[in-house]
Amino acid sequence: MELNATFKMPSTKPLMDVEQIRKNFPILQRKVHNKPLVYFDNAATSQKPKQVIEAIGFYYKNYNANIHRSIHELGEEATEKYEEAHKKTADFINADSYQNIVFTKNTTESLNLLAYSLTAKLKKNDEIVVSQMEHHSNFVPWQQLAKQRGLRLKFIEIDKDGNLDKNSIKKNITKKTKIVSLTHISNVLGTINPVEKIAKIAHENGALMVVDGAQAAPHMPVDVKKLDADFYAFSGHKMLGPTGIGVLYGKKELLEEMQPFLYGGEMIREVRFDDTKFNDLPWKFEAGTMNIAEAIGLSAAIDYLNKIGMDNVQKHDRELVEYAMGQLKGIDGIKIYGPDERDAVISFNLGNIHAHDVAQVLDSEGVAIRAGHHCCMPLMSVLGVAATARASFYLYNTEKEIDVFVNALNKVNRVFA
Amino acid sequence: MDSIEAMYQENILDHYKNPRNAGKIDKASVHHHEYNPLCGDEIEMFLVIKDKKVADVKFHGRGCAISQASASMLTEEIKGKSIEDLKKLTKENILELLGISLSPVRLKCALLSLDTLKNSILIFEKYIKK
Repeated sequence: MELNATFKMPSTKPLMDVEQIRKNFPILQRKVHNKPLVYFDNAATSQKPKQVIEAIGFYYKNYNANIHRSIHELGEEATEKYEEAHKKTADFINADSYQNIVFTKNTTESLNLLAYSLTAKLKKNDEIVVSQMEHHSNFVPWQQLAKQRGLRLKFIEIDKDGNLDKNSIKKNITKKTKIVSLTHISNVLGTINPVEKIAKIAHENGALMVVDGAQAAPHMPVDVKKLDADFYAFSGHKMLGPTGIGVLYGKKELLEEMQPFLYGGEMIREVRFDDTKFNDLPWKFEAGTMNIAEAIGLSAAIDYLNKIGMDNVQKHDRELVEYAMGQLKGIDGIKIYGPDERDAVISFNLGNIHAHDVAQVLDSEGVAIRAGHHCCMPLMSVLGVAATARASFYLYNTEKEIDVFVNALNKVNRVFA
Repeated sequence: MDSIEAMYQENILDHYKNPRNAGKIDKASVHHHEYNPLCGDEIEMFLVIKDKKVADVKFHGRGCAISQASASMLTEEIKGKSIEDLKKLTKENILELLGISLSPVRLKCALLSLDTLKNSILIFEKYIKK
């Protein structure tokens, strides 16, 4: 990161030129049902700029080789780029070194790695704390490992606005807590959780702080040191990168203590018939031939985001969501879930119309949103709904597209009137 | 007519808004509840079976227009039919009733009522008939 996010300095970077940015995304040219595509499903996955698509193609066309073990030019080039991707990712979240960055296939795998490795040392009845708003990927791994290992899983409740309930935070994080695992931004409510404060409470109680950053890393400057997160997980594909590449950041001393999650080639230093010595960080967690092209794609995505500046991305996304909230409030029968101050995600229902029907009518107008439980069935039960519709924005979206979306929602109301 | 108006054509919306055979039957021969957890569609079906035929049927549910309209249409269709006829019903029959084609995702919505009916009959034959 060029600017250390701990300093609140005015950005010297030029503001974003969204029209120029849109030209970098080939898919935004396409039509859906003869209408221009309005892509509002960014919380599920983002679109990719040609810089990312081309970086992946360039690797396959020019220096495709396996990494680390090849004593030849192609192998050395690929290794250099693969290692550089770790370095760039470290800088992107203000981590000390490439050694803090483990590549996985996605956030889910990063969190599974933690759930398996961190719970191995816990004792019966030790407690793990998550919240009611977690994605299944930050919920099911802890739930299942708790069952297998006799641990207790506790939940921080949410208040009526969709923020974490302050009393519930205090009540649940205690001296019995060994791990707190929390989403940075809710993929349903858009809630931005006070991770820094909760990390402090976790540490005062001797617990580790794990953060699911899948929705945050793409949309805001993330500084793992300022947050004092012990672990931070996110995915490449939600931040302009390809699918198949995820990140796990960890504090070095913690990663060093941890047992590897996957065993095999590359993660070893020396293998004998009776024992194995593991490789240095981060390679001891990267078993087998890794997702090299995807790591190079992620690297290109980070370059792209850095060029725009994450401060600018955040500002743009927050302005869009504010505009959208204002426009949506005028629609008949709309119910919006979550707090007013939020990131670029809006979940809603339209009267008694099922979210699938809403999404289907919007699709006919070229507007892509998501409908369902968003991998948050426990949260849906807290909200008392089976499903919601969800629109989520990113750096290439515009206010004009939100107007198209609002018109399409009015059409939904007309169809079902 | 654009495709969305085809999907939500008048008869589908009519069945959705004014479902036929809506309600419950206290003394049903069999009743069964199916649920699609992915989208939250729900259908509970009540069948009165006399002389191996459907003497009465009602359903109760909530969910998207396609799931509820298909249930409404299906209950109309099966009244008076024999159990053997019901067993022969297929996906194609449901699509014929709806009169539209559907993507694989929405097909699950359309077929929830058929699943509910088929499982009702399975339960009836296996556990209740004797």
